[in-house]
Amino acid sequence: MFEQWNGFVAGKWQDEINVRDFIQLNYTPYEGDESFLCGPTERTKALNEKFEARLATEISRGGVYSIDTETVTGLTAFAPGYLDKDNELIVGLQTDKALRRAVNPFGGLNMTRKACEAYGYHLSHKVENEFQYRTTHNDGVFSVYSKDIRKARHTGIITGLPDAYGRGRIIGDYRRVALYGVDRLIAEKMKDKNAIADMDVSQDDIRNIEELYWQLKSLNELKEMAKSYGYDISEPAKDSREAIQWLYFGYLGAIKEQNGAAMSLGRTSTFLDIYFERDLKNGVYTECQIQEFIDDFVMKLRMARHLRTPEYNDLFAGDPMWITESIGGMGDDGRTLVTKNSFRILNTLYNLNPSAEPNLTVLWSQRLPKGFKRFAAKVSCDTDSIQYENDDVMRPVYGDDYAIACCVSAMRVGKDMQFFGARANLVKLLLMSLNGGRDEKSGEQVAPAGNRFEGEYLDYDTVLKLMDEYRPWLAKTYVKAMNMIHFMHDKYAYEKIQMALHDTEVHRYMAFGIAGLSVLADSLSAIKHAKVRVVRDETGLITDYVTEGDFPKYGNDDDRADLIAKEQVEKFYNELKKIPTYRGAEHTLSILTITSNVVYGKKTGNTPDGRRLGEPFAPGANPMHGRDSSGALASLNSVAKLSYDVCKDGISNTFCIVPSALGNDDENRYANLCSIIDGYFGQKAQHINVNVFHREMLLDAAKHPEKYPNLTIRVSGYAVNFHKLSKAQQDEVIARTFHNEM
Amino acid sequence: MRLLQEPSITKCKMKDSVGYIHSFNSLGAVDGPGIRFIVFMQGCPYRCPYCHNPDTREFSGGIPYSPLQVADKAVRYRTYFGEKGGVTVSGGEPLCQGEFVAELFKLLRSRGINTCLDTAGIKPDKAVERVLEHTDTVLCDIKFPTEEMYLKRVGGSLKNTLEFLRLCNKMGVNVIIRHVVVPGMTDTEESILAIKDLLSDIEYEKIELLPFRKLCTQKYKALGIEFPLKDTPECSKDTIKKLKALL
Repeated sequence: MFEQWNGFVAGKWQDEINVRDFIQLNYTPYEGDESFLCGPTERTKALNEKFEARLATEISRGGVYSIDTETVTGLTAFAPGYLDKDNELIVGLQTDKALRRAVNPFGGLNMTRKACEAYGYHLSHKVENEFQYRTTHNDGVFSVYSKDIRKARHTGIITGLPDAYGRGRIIGDYRRVALYGVDRLIAEKMKDKNAIADMDVSQDDIRNIEELYWQLKSLNELKEMAKSYGYDISEPAKDSREAIQWLYFGYLGAIKEQNGAAMSLGRTSTFLDIYFERDLKNGVYTECQIQEFIDDFVMKLRMARHLRTPEYNDLFAGDPMWITESIGGMGDDGRTLVTKNSFRILNTLYNLNPSAEPNLTVLWSQRLPKGFKRFAAKVSCDTDSIQYENDDVMRPVYGDDYAIACCVSAMRVGKDMQFFGARANLVKLLLMSLNGGRDEKSGEQVAPAGNRFEGEYLDYDTVLKLMDEYRPWLAKTYVKAMNMIHFMHDKYAYEKIQMALHDTEVHRYMAFGIAGLSVLADSLSAIKHAKVRVVRDETGLITDYVTEGDFPKYGNDDDRADLIAKEQVEKFYNELKKIPTYRGAEHTLSILTITSNVVYGKKTGNTPDGRRLGEPFAPGANPMHGRDSSGALASLNSVAKLSYDVCKDGISNTFCIVPSALGNDDENRYANLCSIIDGYFGQKAQHINVNVFHREMLLDAAKHPEKYPNLTIRVSGYAVNFHKLSKAQQDEVIARTFHNEM
Repeated sequence: MRLLQEPSITKCKMKDSVGYIHSFNSLGAVDGPGIRFIVFMQGCPYRCPYCHNPDTREFSGGIPYSPLQVADKAVRYRTYFGEKGGVTVSGGEPLCQGEFVAELFKLLRSRGINTCLDTAGIKPDKAVERVLEHTDTVLCDIKFPTEEMYLKRVGGSLKNTLEFLRLCNKMGVNVIIRHVVVPGMTDTEESILAIKDLLSDIEYEKIELLPFRKLCTQKYKALGIEFPLKDTPECSKDTIKKLKALL
């Protein structure tokens, strides 16, 4: 028994790695309001000013502060770095300087080169030489990609696959570092490794043994990295500050090693609160000191950076890391998991100004304490920086110790991981089905040539039948690509430290996605309820549609359109499930686009709903801009009809409302926002991003960025600083439906 | 500019049990307590100069609905209503279709949904009484402080509205008074105090002062009618704050 555990309630967490058990036996639910919170100290303010000055320099340099082109990233690759050594309470940077970016060529050498060049740097000869004899993840994937996958990829029916960047969406259980210390984790992994080696060793066993070898190596490197900052993390953390520091070292190790698209933090605030309550009780630290630690921790998270290519930024704009922290929720036993620290972490948005990172995610339940609901709503109205996900639909699936990876992907912390897989463009599937497998833009034969639509006016039943013929091809191509990608990612860019912070036996999800759902639903509704005439070019390719008459549109709580959306999602999921996955992963599906709805739109021709070639799709599961004209709640009701059982990887909805439409005064706005979220989630919807502002403000910010340096908005499962969006992305956000007074 | 029409109650009687509805808004957060589903009735006998729903004035038009159809629509938003929210019937002047509103409110209440009437008040009759029987809250507009101004600027009668409010009191319906503050017209202390005086014998929860705004300019343009207050500035927050202190 460690002395660092004095004062904690004993349990099976001491005999096995079991953070949930520790939390359940030791945490203190909090049902009060935010009145106990402390503002920023002078030290915090000074440090944050220094950091904001660094951010301003980063922006003035075109978005990248600097790049170390000589050093390949890794847990121990860099000497310790500080922003202001004497004034930092929580330490550790990815490189030797704050905001300096490292190169990570394990995913692909060419992308690293391109990313350096995009910001005026050249990858050093040293790194070029080191990687001359190495196979990268990208090399591996493209050595096995088939012709059909390549075609699907370049026409854009499948886009954004993690074959040229780290897959991410894996959450290490960073809490384990604080609770157990690294030596205990090493001992457990050794035990697991020996147990497998004692078996007959199948091919799978050999892979597992090798992975454990890498996990063990990375745990030792983690200790070494911490030592360079003057900390010995072989034993458990002894107090509040150490608990944050140990946990942060775990996370820092992960982002030093991996440049995955989403590098989420997990569910740490209630865990940390246990240490804070113990120290408050024993008079070790005051409330203000604890808030100061949290502020410092969050400032560190805001310093995390990865080096990306311009193509990557098109898909995932605003330089996001998805340092998603899941806050609150309810326990299986009916007690709330909201603690004082759930408030403190939201309070950082006041103490340090609004920010896109970390991606603060409130796990909302109808039964959350009222004081916390009100505070979260207030933070939304004031900062537009948080998102809400429905604990009442996720808890029955994942239990009460899950967290969100990226935007909307739930997984049990330390027990589940996922193979991330971007998305398929179902609008293009419709257009290709009508054209006998040819791409509507280039005329290229993409899917094997088959039946096509021969008549002049589209009829719904024929169109559905054609889609049924081409959907299996898309599903098969998609699953095949994913299997290849994740085989190679495991082989050439395995997440060593993150998987070291998982159980050895993990459950794997394979997360597929859909783009263009609202355009597909409206197009099919037009075909069903109006008259749609096709327009062919000289080669017989259908390139345009003339739609006569009105038709019901997705987003107005009208089943005639909404159930089309629901049905198409289910059909696609059922088709995907027929194809076996790599490592027996469980198929899941999301309706989430991040900012790639702009790119997907660019790659898609005219559609029967009246959308023109190249115009952006709506984000995620949102109704198309301006077509949800029956008020905000009708729009929410439509999205709520999509089934979470089918889309267990998440259904993203981004909601913009002007303040005056939400209530006459602040208190009414908070209460009404809570009612809206309760009402939406009461219908088993999963996710909502909330923005409370006027379109005019965005227009002004686009013109005068200097007036709004910290303007943070929720876009699609994450938040961005508005100025980090491209012009096209800003225009798309401005064009979204803003729910106004009638 | 079109001439103001004379007030005429008989003109606004419509067929019982069918409501002529201009539109719905699934999210009303400023017309009554909590989150509300709003029903905008078609047709209004008044012609307020600052009217922000000029498209709901004419009695010809509107889409016919039965009370049951509207109740079924509203019930889809029940999960959002929470403890305070519900359905608000606005307009237009909902009391011009009193029989329909009474039926609708009765149905909603039988389903446990809170009811709110957004009205300028009319001379009470049997139908008005039946509406109030099933109403939880009345939002009643007081337009101007004198009978002369009512006649001249609204084409209505202050006396009737006050009589309506007394009936609300008698029937125990919760009353919230609303008043639009228009710069150069009703934004003086005297004007506000005069309205307060008018209500000296009436019980009400509070007086809400609403700032005159011009969100409706586009609607007038689309209808091809002139917005009488197009040159009047919007009312500032400070003015509202100052006048609120009087109440």
